[in-house]
Amino acid sequence: MAVMEITKDNFEAEVLKSEVPVLADFNADWCGPCKSMRPMLDELAKENTSYKIVSINIDDEDELAEDYDVASIPCLVVFKDGKEVNRSIGLIPKDAIAALMEE
Amino acid sequence: MYYDIIVIGAGPAGMTAAIYARRAAKTVLVLEAVNYGGQILNTPDIENYPVEAHISGFDFAAKVYEQAKALGAEFVFEKAVGICEEDGKKVVVTTKNRYEAGAVILATGSENRKLGLEDEDKLVGRGVSYCATCDGNFYRKKVVAVVGGGNTALEDALFLSDLAEKVYLIHRRDSFRGEETNVNRLKEKGNVEFVYHANVTRLIAEKRLKAIEITDKLDGSVRTIELNGLFVAVGRVPENQNFASLVKLDDSGYVVAGEDCHTSCEGIFVAGDNRTKTLRQLVTATADGAMAATEAVKYINNIG
Repeated sequence: MAVMEITKDNFEAEVLKSEVPVLADFNADWCGPCKSMRPMLDELAKENTSYKIVSINIDDEDELAEDYDVASIPCLVVFKDGKEVNRSIGLIPKDAIAALMEE
Repeated sequence: MYYDIIVIGAGPAGMTAAIYARRAAKTVLVLEAVNYGGQILNTPDIENYPVEAHISGFDFAAKVYEQAKALGAEFVFEKAVGICEEDGKKVVVTTKNRYEAGAVILATGSENRKLGLEDEDKLVGRGVSYCATCDGNFYRKKVVAVVGGGNTALEDALFLSDLAEKVYLIHRRDSFRGEETNVNRLKEKGNVEFVYHANVTRLIAEKRLKAIEITDKLDGSVRTIELNGLFVAVGRVPENQNFASLVKLDDSGYVVAGEDCHTSCEGIFVAGDNRTKTLRQLVTATADGAMAATEAVKYINNIG
């Protein structure tokens, strides 16, 4: 599956009510480390079916960023059953991203 | 696996070294712990590198990466954790493999220096930041502090003063190392308060940072400042620790080397921000890459 773009309109259905765990990538167009990490997320999304990866642009979706207290990007948040279970801030390598889903 | 040259670090210095080494027809492996680009990824707009008036750090890094790849440099994303010498060859050990080379170029760059306070790591992204241009937008109309006395701290404070309601600039001395023009511009801002000869001694947080405790260095008095964000700009630390057994470092941890990029160990060269030098800029990093690769090629041709 490809990385899905999320807005506040589909956040509840696609993230909070997702049947599989969700890795949410909070990012922005002006954020270099976010752009650097995106191809790794695209690859992981294709390689894995056990979880879903979504992208949230914090400039377009500032309410979501505020709700989840995002104050530094790139920020990866793992949701399971509608709850945040893990979080990582800053550019990290692909295997470290994958490891976030296993914790 | 044997390569003529192994470059450790895929920032501008390391990738430029790879370009020069490939153009000298040497086999090249670039090892990188995270992803190509390095520190320049954090720069939204580069305005002082010849040829392009404006380019983002990400676009710059991507172009250099494509150039190095097209010339035949191999990239492997593994963190190098040590180097040793065996039978006249260099062996680079990563978290997953070991690789042999005729010569090694250290282009590992540097990372942010931390304050070293309790809970500092936990609060990154929850009120503590090391990059004002990256995270400043999250603090619109809020109260922030910048710690540091160099140009980065002054520039961070200036940038933040246009966004935040109030900016405290906390410095352990009573004069700044950074440029006078920046200090004067800050003094003209109505929302910047200078706090001199003080150290941040405690981070006060619940879920996120809500205040800091600062201690006056002269009289020992303690003051609490309530705020939303703390921007740490107290310099950078070179990432050379893993190679200290083979090459000489200075007191601050930089690899000791002149313009020729030769380290104290034959066959190991250094390029970029982790070398002892006076100006750490994109253009001096790429210049180092060219020099280190050229010297490494000479070294290999002599031993081969």
